[in-house]
Amino acid sequence: MTIRVGEAAEAPSFQKVAFTLLDDTQLRKNVRHATDVITGKRAVVVREQQDWQQLRSTASAIKQHTLAHLDDYLLQFEAACTVAGGQVHWASDADEANRIIVDLVKQYGGKEVIKVKTMTSDEIGLNKAFEANGIHPHETDLADMIIQLGHDKPSHIVAPALHKNRQQVREIFMREMGLSELTDEPQDLTNAARHYLREKFLKVNIGFSGANFLLADTGGVCVVESEGNGRMCLTLPDVLITLAGIEKVIPSFRDLEAFLQLLPRSATGERMNPYNSLWTGVHKGDGPQHFHVVLLDNGRTRILADPEARQTLHCIRCGACLNTCPVYRQTGGHAYGSIYSGPIGAIVTPQLFDMQHSQSLPYASSLCGACYEVCPVKINIPEVLIHLRGRVVREQQSGASLEAIGMRAMARIFSSGRRLEAAQRLGRIGQWPFVSEGWVKHLPGMLGNWTAVRDLRPLPEQSFRSWWREREKASAKTHSKELSS
Amino acid sequence: MPEATNSREAVLNRIRAANTTANAIAHRTNYQTIERNYEQTASLDREAILKAFLDHLREYDAHIFDAKPDTLAAAIAEVLKTSHQKSAIVADNFPEENLPAGFSWQRESETTKDQLNTAEGAISGCEVAIAHTGTIILRGARKLTLLPDRFLCVVYEDQIVETVPEAIARLEQYKTETLTFVSGPSATADIEMTRIRGVHGPRFLDVIVVR
Amino acid sequence: MRISLFITCYNDTLFPETGKSVVRLLERLGHHVEFPLEQTCCGQMHYNTGYQTEAMPLMQRFIEIFKDVEVVCIPSSSCVAMIRDHYPKMAEVTGDPALIKAVEDLLPRVYELSELLVNKLGLEDVNAYYPHRVTYHASCHSLRSLHLNDLPLRLLRKVRGIDLVELQGIDQCCGFGGTFAVKNGDVSAAMLADKLRCVENTRAEVCTAVDNSCLMHIFGGLHRQRTGIKTVHIAEILASTEDEAAQ
Repeated sequence: MTIRVGEAAEAPSFQKVAFTLLDDTQLRKNVRHATDVITGKRAVVVREQQDWQQLRSTASAIKQHTLAHLDDYLLQFEAACTVAGGQVHWASDADEANRIIVDLVKQYGGKEVIKVKTMTSDEIGLNKAFEANGIHPHETDLADMIIQLGHDKPSHIVAPALHKNRQQVREIFMREMGLSELTDEPQDLTNAARHYLREKFLKVNIGFSGANFLLADTGGVCVVESEGNGRMCLTLPDVLITLAGIEKVIPSFRDLEAFLQLLPRSATGERMNPYNSLWTGVHKGDGPQHFHVVLLDNGRTRILADPEARQTLHCIRCGACLNTCPVYRQTGGHAYGSIYSGPIGAIVTPQLFDMQHSQSLPYASSLCGACYEVCPVKINIPEVLIHLRGRVVREQQSGASLEAIGMRAMARIFSSGRRLEAAQRLGRIGQWPFVSEGWVKHLPGMLGNWTAVRDLRPLPEQSFRSWWREREKASAKTHSKELSS
Repeated sequence: MPEATNSREAVLNRIRAANTTANAIAHRTNYQTIERNYEQTASLDREAILKAFLDHLREYDAHIFDAKPDTLAAAIAEVLKTSHQKSAIVADNFPEENLPAGFSWQRESETTKDQLNTAEGAISGCEVAIAHTGTIILRGARKLTLLPDRFLCVVYEDQIVETVPEAIARLEQYKTETLTFVSGPSATADIEMTRIRGVHGPRFLDVIVVR
Repeated sequence: MRISLFITCYNDTLFPETGKSVVRLLERLGHHVEFPLEQTCCGQMHYNTGYQTEAMPLMQRFIEIFKDVEVVCIPSSSCVAMIRDHYPKMAEVTGDPALIKAVEDLLPRVYELSELLVNKLGLEDVNAYYPHRVTYHASCHSLRSLHLNDLPLRLLRKVRGIDLVELQGIDQCCGFGGTFAVKNGDVSAAMLADKLRCVENTRAEVCTAVDNSCLMHIFGGLHRQRTGIKTVHIAEILASTEDEAAQ
């Protein structure tokens, strides 16, 4: 079994990539603007929703309950979907999912596929598998199209082209669509996309989608979108293939009443997104007459096995955590080296790999907690980050890293008041090579990252406990003087 | 296919093993006991609900028209005249008597998808509408309400509920049919987070509210 | 009241003035302050960096030292968050029923300084005098773990002579994040730059907060850029009077 999460296994560390990205002025401007707009919009529509916290609680409880009964709910979904004319396939890993999907497309004699946005297909590297088999996939989501035509990588879960501004999009469209004239007004850009894709929607016979929700009781699927390309791909082709992570299942149609209130407000700051589509299996004479669902594991069962971290699977891919994260705001999504970026990316990516890769991601956070505050399904991301850091440390091959040695030394120092005081004295003596003109201007090794941008005062002459000791001594003296006088 | 069966069993076994390892089985809750303390019924009066529905529709740049049951056909004629339409494709279950004379009508089931693509506009009713979110929910008529550039929807006042849970409750009996939630014309915010109307779905949404 | 002070390892070593100010303030308010010398560290740095095993004995020491006191006062919201958010879980992991109970018993008696003053002692006006232009930064733990809301601001507003000015982006993380500041130094610096810009825009002389960890990081940048703006822990402002002005 080979787990794949896009190209995350080969990605350099977060710290390394972040350093370069911080120099990208355009990127930083785009990310800052986009996250400012979206967090502002979200704040307005959440404030207006009086029962927002109650919705979050229920959604979290539903997800928790579902995961504990995941096998039952998946089987229920499979049975209901099959009765309704759909066919359900199970894929253990990315390669298997790709094989199943490619084989299906070949079975129907297709050379082209129109795709609705789903991060899951990026996760398994589906487009590469298609191309390798002579099948051309057309991304139909505006942002995914911008990424595809721009030979780029997504940088956000909901708005993958967030890092591009209108001028950059114009350049890409003109070049790839062969347009001689195009302004950079977003309206013009979207009109160009509309025209370009309409032809594909009407001609291509095989559609591919993800799923926001799989409904166990009905065997139905719900897709949440804004542009209408989803509806196009879900209703016009004769064949529809839907790929969904196993965690997408929810118990019942009724549960949509909570999730459909949480998702649009969290993702795009709207009361409701323009289109939600619900269908069940095959509808005679209406829409695709051949419907296949591919259920994907690809490491999710590993996450499920970790009691502290399985809450990661509650995620409904709203992107709110990315938008609010002060770290993401500085670097954008590419720093995370994974299609899943931001706070959720930092916890889901390394876990899918069972911590074999992407170990720098759990440290790409100041633990500020803003993500947890906005998560509609109450994933305690800081808690999971800390837990994963523990796994990185425990699974370290060498306990002899400088950091581990330093940490053990500090633990020893903290093991008694006397040791701490001794260390404080030692520190005051040992610091003098680093002190100049009353300031610590340079520290060695990783600590140098501090002094690279910040000044540091040397250790004060006297620690608090030393001052307290003296004060106690002095007052004891005074007290005994009073007694004896 | 033996391989497929293997994966199905393998995935299910991994799920069961994972839930055992994580000690989740012992702490399982009952679906019925999940607390639902969010609003599930209306708290506004009918006038306020209608006003909220209209306000939220307007925020999506939908155009709204009024009608009474016996003036509906005239209202439809009015809307079509305003948009210089001479014809429309109509949902199969849309009552004939509500279609005004002087226009060219065709039913959805008599129309190919290429004809839909070049049609002047579409007309249908809806199943239920949500005031809180400005949403109209359609049963069927998926291609009809997607391909033409203009979509005119007739909403009866008693189809409007205040909250999402109320709408879901009304849809319970149709939950295995094709349902489409429409909240405004299609839009994207993919370029600089600027919301732009009209990507692939109808760019023009007209709503006639009948009361 | 007998108030036991948990000074925190970094205040003890780097910011003794904060500790002295807490003592001065509480004694001025008529309380008796105790300082168990055996105390060292709550274990946050180890726990948050992934060294949860090493943090365990530190937790146990803390509980052992403070378990019988009337009230614990801690001038650091991040340390209080560590104790409130993680100690119960850590005790669960040991499976030791006595420890689990001891944690449960002690937690309600642990207060961050402004919580102690406002919630426990019922005070907003502590008779302080601090005639300077001051802006307040809300540290992440104070906001999202302790939910202090505007407690510190309510205390600051009652300080005589103070010119309190609102900080834009008050709830944006300053970028310290413990070891994050060195492990991800570049992003930390970028976040600091945003925070410094907001501080400088207030034209304040002083930036304050309930955590010296944030302030050490913010001051490090303010001083490196020679802005002349200082950081002062809220305890030092509240302890300051006409007779005994803060440094």
